[in-house]
Amino acid sequence: MSAPLDFWRRFRRNRAAAVSFLVLLLITLTALFGPLVYPIDPFEMMGRPSQPPGRRFWLGTDVSGRDILAGLIHGARVSLLIGVAASLAATVFGLLVGALAGYYGRAIDNILMRCTDFFLTIPSFVLAVVLIAIFRPSVFNVTAAIAIVSWPPIARLARAEFIAHRDREYVKACRALGMSDIEIIVRQILPNALPPVIVVSSLLVATAILTESGLSFLGLADPNVISWGYMIGVGRSVLRSAWWMPAIPGFAILITVLCINLVGEGLNDALNPRLQRR
Amino acid sequence: MPDTLWFVLRRTLQVAPVVLAIAALNFVLLHMAPGDAADIIAAQSGGSSAEFVAELRQAFGLDRPLYQQFFIYIARLLTFDLGYSYVQHRPVFDLIIERVPATLLLMLTAIVIAFVIGVLLGIVAAMRHRRLLDSFVSVLALIVYATPQFWLGLMLIVLFSITLGILPSGGMATIGAEMSAPARVLDIGRHLVLPALTLGLFYVAVYARLMRASMLEVYSFDFITAARAKGLSETRVGLVHAASNALLPVVTLAGVQIGHLLGGSILVETVFGWPGLGRLVFDALLQRDLNLLLGILFISSLVVVIANLLVDLLYGLLDPRIVHK
Repeated sequence: MSAPLDFWRRFRRNRAAAVSFLVLLLITLTALFGPLVYPIDPFEMMGRPSQPPGRRFWLGTDVSGRDILAGLIHGARVSLLIGVAASLAATVFGLLVGALAGYYGRAIDNILMRCTDFFLTIPSFVLAVVLIAIFRPSVFNVTAAIAIVSWPPIARLARAEFIAHRDREYVKACRALGMSDIEIIVRQILPNALPPVIVVSSLLVATAILTESGLSFLGLADPNVISWGYMIGVGRSVLRSAWWMPAIPGFAILITVLCINLVGEGLNDALNPRLQRR
Repeated sequence: MPDTLWFVLRRTLQVAPVVLAIAALNFVLLHMAPGDAADIIAAQSGGSSAEFVAELRQAFGLDRPLYQQFFIYIARLLTFDLGYSYVQHRPVFDLIIERVPATLLLMLTAIVIAFVIGVLLGIVAAMRHRRLLDSFVSVLALIVYATPQFWLGLMLIVLFSITLGILPSGGMATIGAEMSAPARVLDIGRHLVLPALTLGLFYVAVYARLMRASMLEVYSFDFITAARAKGLSETRVGLVHAASNALLPVVTLAGVQIGHLLGGSILVETVFGWPGLGRLVFDALLQRDLNLLLGILFISSLVVVIANLLVDLLYGLLDPRIVHK
């Protein structure tokens, strides 16, 4: 059986994860192609403000008469883009730090891990807020700020994996064959260290989406794109008269993050079958 | 006893480099921010000349080499001088310190509620392993982990304040009401319920899952089998023998969460208009008061470091094996 098919067979065994994967696929497709199918500008005033969900506007309009459904579709793009990009950046950086610390040990390990602990200590959300306030909110800066506060757990995990592998026989054999350190790290140990890292990094996407929504809610969002957190912030002012306005985008976040977490658990079952499920 | 003292001293000294690193990070961020103090004052005094700005720079030591500025910065930190908020016209340290009690009250209440409910849920889930209540705890945790806290706060306001009208939707006390001291405490308590619940619910899930896992692990030990063999009731085995031994690992994790708790507090305070550090962050953002923001980052990092230190010391005193390591 081919490897991807085999993987899917094991992944599918966790039914919640399989369903979540399909929902997530739907959300991703909406983010990619939704604006083509439903070509409405989420910033444009389309009708009377603060309409409840109805026939003309399926999810109603916000305080400025903007179509909430259009906002939701465009917001999916921003949430997924920032979530995935921030997680990816944090994973690459964390892997780099963890690999160097774990493989070389001694002083390098000491220095790198002190830095990692330091970043684990500072309240990450406050640091992200300060970074974005200094460098101005843009999609790139928000992504970078989230990545900067998210890499330490990956680094710790990668370090532990590299420590577990660096003295194994296959690594010793590679050294005896005269392989360079870089080659051993990237081509020999990394593929073995990757599965648990992939699981944590998939969960990081969920955390990143939650962080992004919180930042947008505080007004730290790129003013040129609409995001779910921003929509909640807008709806907050009319909580008394139109509770659905903040409820809808929040629910979208909940479903997306829930699905990512469940897929992460499924990945864990499929990639690390020997590990006991918590 | 000397061992304990040595442990406390060693652990406390380990904090110093971390605090220095926090100060260094703040210094770097301060210099990355556009415009320095001289620019801001010059701008506020209206169309000032280049000479005036240069004079100000000299007065603030901003014309010196960077490393000298860093030493000046550290020296000022040692006297609790975090700079001046040119927006609110008050020292940053004063602004922050008067907000700390409200945030601490909120965080402590949230964490105590979460700890009590979470641990109880975890115990019951483990004792009813693979039954209805156990699944309920797992599903609750999944949903709570996926819910943005600030959104949960808004939804709780809709339910309890707007629809049912039984709890206040924001602030820390009823404004302008004449009250006796006990009534005032009760009033603050009523205002505290929703923000503390909003902030705490996430940690209810965290502690419930931790306690459940920890209990299940303890259940596999021999002394539990021995207790059962003695003919003790399952309730007694669970509550007395398993739970008391499962609690320790859960206590350590309380400290690890404080930085995260503080981040959540910022958002929750913004939602409920709770007059703590979080609200201060929100106001500082609105007014682009970077000096104040950096001060908050510094103090909140300090709070986390101290809290972690206290938990470590507490853990060391609870479990003598750690002191002697």
